[in-house]
Amino acid sequence: MSLLAELFAAAIGTVAFSVLFFVPRKYYAFCGICGAAGWAVYAVLTGRGVSATESTFYATLAVIFLSRLFAVAERCPSTLFLIPGIFPLVPGAGVYWTSYHIVTNDLEMASQTGFAALKVAVAIVLGIIFVFEIPQGVFAVLAGKKREEGAGKKKS
Amino acid sequence: MCGEKKETEENRQKKRVMEAAMRAGQILLANGAEISRVEETIDRICGHYGIESGSAFVLSNGIFITMGDRREEFFAKVQHIPVSGAHLNRVAAVNQLSREISEGKHTVEELDRCLDDIEQMPGKRPLIQMLASAVGSGAFCYLFGGALSDCASAFLSGFILYACLLHFGGRLSKIVGNILGGALVTFLCLVMYHMRLGNHISSMIIGSVIPMIPGVAFTNAIRDIADGDYIAGSVRMLDAMLVFLSIALGVGVVFTLYYRMTGGVLL
Repeated sequence: MSLLAELFAAAIGTVAFSVLFFVPRKYYAFCGICGAAGWAVYAVLTGRGVSATESTFYATLAVIFLSRLFAVAERCPSTLFLIPGIFPLVPGAGVYWTSYHIVTNDLEMASQTGFAALKVAVAIVLGIIFVFEIPQGVFAVLAGKKREEGAGKKKS
Repeated sequence: MCGEKKETEENRQKKRVMEAAMRAGQILLANGAEISRVEETIDRICGHYGIESGSAFVLSNGIFITMGDRREEFFAKVQHIPVSGAHLNRVAAVNQLSREISEGKHTVEELDRCLDDIEQMPGKRPLIQMLASAVGSGAFCYLFGGALSDCASAFLSGFILYACLLHFGGRLSKIVGNILGGALVTFLCLVMYHMRLGNHISSMIIGSVIPMIPGVAFTNAIRDIADGDYIAGSVRMLDAMLVFLSIALGVGVVFTLYYRMTGGVLL
């Protein structure tokens, strides 16, 4: 299955970046799950003909949701999972294609790919903002943690 | 007389707390935490050790903290904090420390020692970092449509890229460093393409460029803007955009040269 191989690659890539960002070793697996889940949503949706922008939005929702869930369950900042996990979705390819088309003087394609990359970035922004609006308590319930004093107040 | 002396002792203690709060904030900010977390941690430390008039103002590369009113002595400190790269383990450690402080587990004296420990948390060996960058490049090359042979070349160029970044990265400005990084990767991939080590030049380059992508600045910018910290958020967003553009520029420059040398035959 090529999807399985892609998921594996996404997980490995995400773990590699959590090493680069010095995430504590015990959280590597969580980071890998975040990255793979994001890519799974993205790959399945684009495979069904959903646009890249929209797919990225849903994939971001999945990544951030899992990051916050893990953060509450493990009692650590969600940044730890979020930054490596979002990497497969960041439009690195869009940046490449834009500069490629500029160099080949195909300005129409350049503006098209550049704009597409920008749309993907906006989709990521929206995804992050929306999931961070969900109250912390929801995640505490989902993670099966009792809400305690201080911990409930603290943003993770 | 005796009461006055006790008063200064208490003030000295409070100043120590403020210093510790500043250091905690500094560690967080330098290692890729969001602004709201930095402010919250400082407020929390101040609050727990009984400082009522403490307040903090945090920008993307500086912290201003003050204390002082009719009852508490004045104290102010400004610190410039250059962003040193994301050591998320330190962010996690300070977060844990702040949790423990709220539970009342630490005295002020212990706080200093804990912060020392966090500041001296070991990084990873350069070889491990280079390997991580290589593995990341290879994996992302596969995601962006590369075949296994392309992944192997992306692995190699990701490794060389990070070795160069670790070696020269500190001495170059951010813009020049990223332009040269993008150029280096493109050059390496073109060479490997001509040696028939890989067939999909674009997947190879996209994969090996990934370790330079400013994921931390980008994500934190969004979170800061969402929290209403517009100054820090826009500075970080500008930082991320600049890095994106520099990488694209580096790739573009080498492609242009190649284009000229081969007389218009572009892969």
